[in-house]
Amino acid sequence: MAEKEIMLMKGNEAIAHAAIRCGADGYFGYPITPQSEVLETLAKLKPWETTGMVVLQAESEVASINMIYGGAGAGKRVFTSSSSPGIALMQEGIAYMAGAELPGVFVNVQRGGPGLGTIQPSQSDYFQSTRGGGNGDYNVIVLAPNSVQEMADFMDLAFTLAFRYRNPAMILSDGVIGQMMEKVVLPPQKPRRTEEEIRRECPWASIGRTADRKPNVITSLELKPEAMELRNLHLQEKYRAIKENEVRYEAQQLDDAEVLIVAFGSAARIAEKAIEIAREKGIKAGLFRPITLWPFPEKQLREAAHGKRGVLVVEINAGQMIEDVRLSVNGEEPVEHFGRLGGIVPEPDEIVKAIKEKLL
Amino acid sequence: MNDIISPENIVYKKPTLMNDTPMHYCAGCSHGVVHKLVAEVIEEMGMTDKTVGISPVGCAVFAYRYIDIDWQEAAHGRAPALATAVKRLWPDRLVFTYQGDGDMACIGTAESIHALNRGENITIIFINNAIYGMTGGQMAPTTLLGQKTSTCPYGRVPELHGYPLNITELAAQLRGTCYVTRQSVETVGAIRSAKKAIRKAFEASMAQKGSSLIEIVATCNSGWKLSPAQANKWMEENMFKQYPKGDLKDTTGL
Repeated sequence: MAEKEIMLMKGNEAIAHAAIRCGADGYFGYPITPQSEVLETLAKLKPWETTGMVVLQAESEVASINMIYGGAGAGKRVFTSSSSPGIALMQEGIAYMAGAELPGVFVNVQRGGPGLGTIQPSQSDYFQSTRGGGNGDYNVIVLAPNSVQEMADFMDLAFTLAFRYRNPAMILSDGVIGQMMEKVVLPPQKPRRTEEEIRRECPWASIGRTADRKPNVITSLELKPEAMELRNLHLQEKYRAIKENEVRYEAQQLDDAEVLIVAFGSAARIAEKAIEIAREKGIKAGLFRPITLWPFPEKQLREAAHGKRGVLVVEINAGQMIEDVRLSVNGEEPVEHFGRLGGIVPEPDEIVKAIKEKLL
Repeated sequence: MNDIISPENIVYKKPTLMNDTPMHYCAGCSHGVVHKLVAEVIEEMGMTDKTVGISPVGCAVFAYRYIDIDWQEAAHGRAPALATAVKRLWPDRLVFTYQGDGDMACIGTAESIHALNRGENITIIFINNAIYGMTGGQMAPTTLLGQKTSTCPYGRVPELHGYPLNITELAAQLRGTCYVTRQSVETVGAIRSAKKAIRKAFEASMAQKGSSLIEIVATCNSGWKLSPAQANKWMEENMFKQYPKGDLKDTTGL
């Protein structure tokens, strides 16, 4: 079994390595640029010969997400990965998983849209990820890595959170993080759970009715409105607990900052460089990086923004997270946006220029 | 009389896996009979604690209410994708889907064909009654030419609606399938034959022989607007011409 290792690799490759090492039971996916290395790496590593992990190339993203539904419904740690148009296709399945309370994990290595769009990086699926994306009142847990290391680390975290709350969890990455190579520390191999462990952790799993219990049925269907309302109230209660307990964020150089940059994922990496340049020019800027996009770090951001001259939201989209930033700041400080579209990744200098023009 | 009603004289009883929940199916519908056969076969194979059923969207959406095994309810058409994952992750389980014509042969055609073509060790039980029963009698992919439904009220014509889809013949062409058969349940003889087919398919799944598809040509007397007896007759006279009964493929060696 593999020990802890330090390697150089792409974010997409790190997802594959980390999944095997955190004891994933299965991957089901369909190729799409810029994330095909996830399936390619898994196919090359052949985990079915070592840990027993199942790897299957499905006929579509629709099939992939429904395989995740089936696998998660049977108590297994299963995941899929795709990029924006493919994730759009999966939304039906994700809504069904939220309704049936299934703990699947999916990775979105975003590219520019709308439609077929471009294969270049983007962050324009923020709304789709944090607002549900499919039908009904639901949320998925959304983790936004900003490095190859976090791609690896968030795999296990996503499974842990998904099973803790019986809820789908998403890693919202993009073409920058998926394709860039960095040093990564891979965790030692965790064993896959045994049948006994699965029965204990997931007494709800549909894996064969033993004589001592009633049938387990995985479903999101409830025709009686009174019962369906109760089911929804239960979901809302769960979402409140997730908001209470699972907010994650990172703050840099806030103490003396006059202006605050809010950015997630790859945009936050670029913002770090922009802050360095701004400080060389005498502009005291700090960074607030939401790591969970849902639940959004509302209170923490409000505190971080308190008393600042202004807030600049840097995103690789036309302005999506800015809505959550404005709701959090609630009019107390001015909030502006800077973004590039269509697969263009912003330069640090452009961000510095935007700070000067929009906030100072 | 009371002497006769004693355990040793029982020749037939409701399968213990069928519970007492009142069925939502219309009187005369084929679903109830097929449910009973599935329950009997699982029980006779001793697989209750190892079986996972996947129910569809359509009339059989509530199949999980009637047979006391573990179930998963799939999105419309996606049952074979769920079954694929469950079987690959739990290879010692008996995994089957139960789907209607709209679910299996229309919206879920891709999932059906690819699961069968990969040779997943699962069984698809496919109820073909040539109509969308649950939503009130609309045209199905398997609706016969000339047949009237609420969305082809003047009868199905190829110029407007295309042709009936014989997906079972397609499945028999696929290298991943080991057993493909077409059955019905309108007579005692037909019921016995259908039960044998289900047993063979389940055994083939457990013996890792590949995918099995059992089409049950079925009645929908409500949707067809016929009495149950008339519906059986209409099925025999019309449906069996388009969907001839019998084994289309059997490489199981069972």
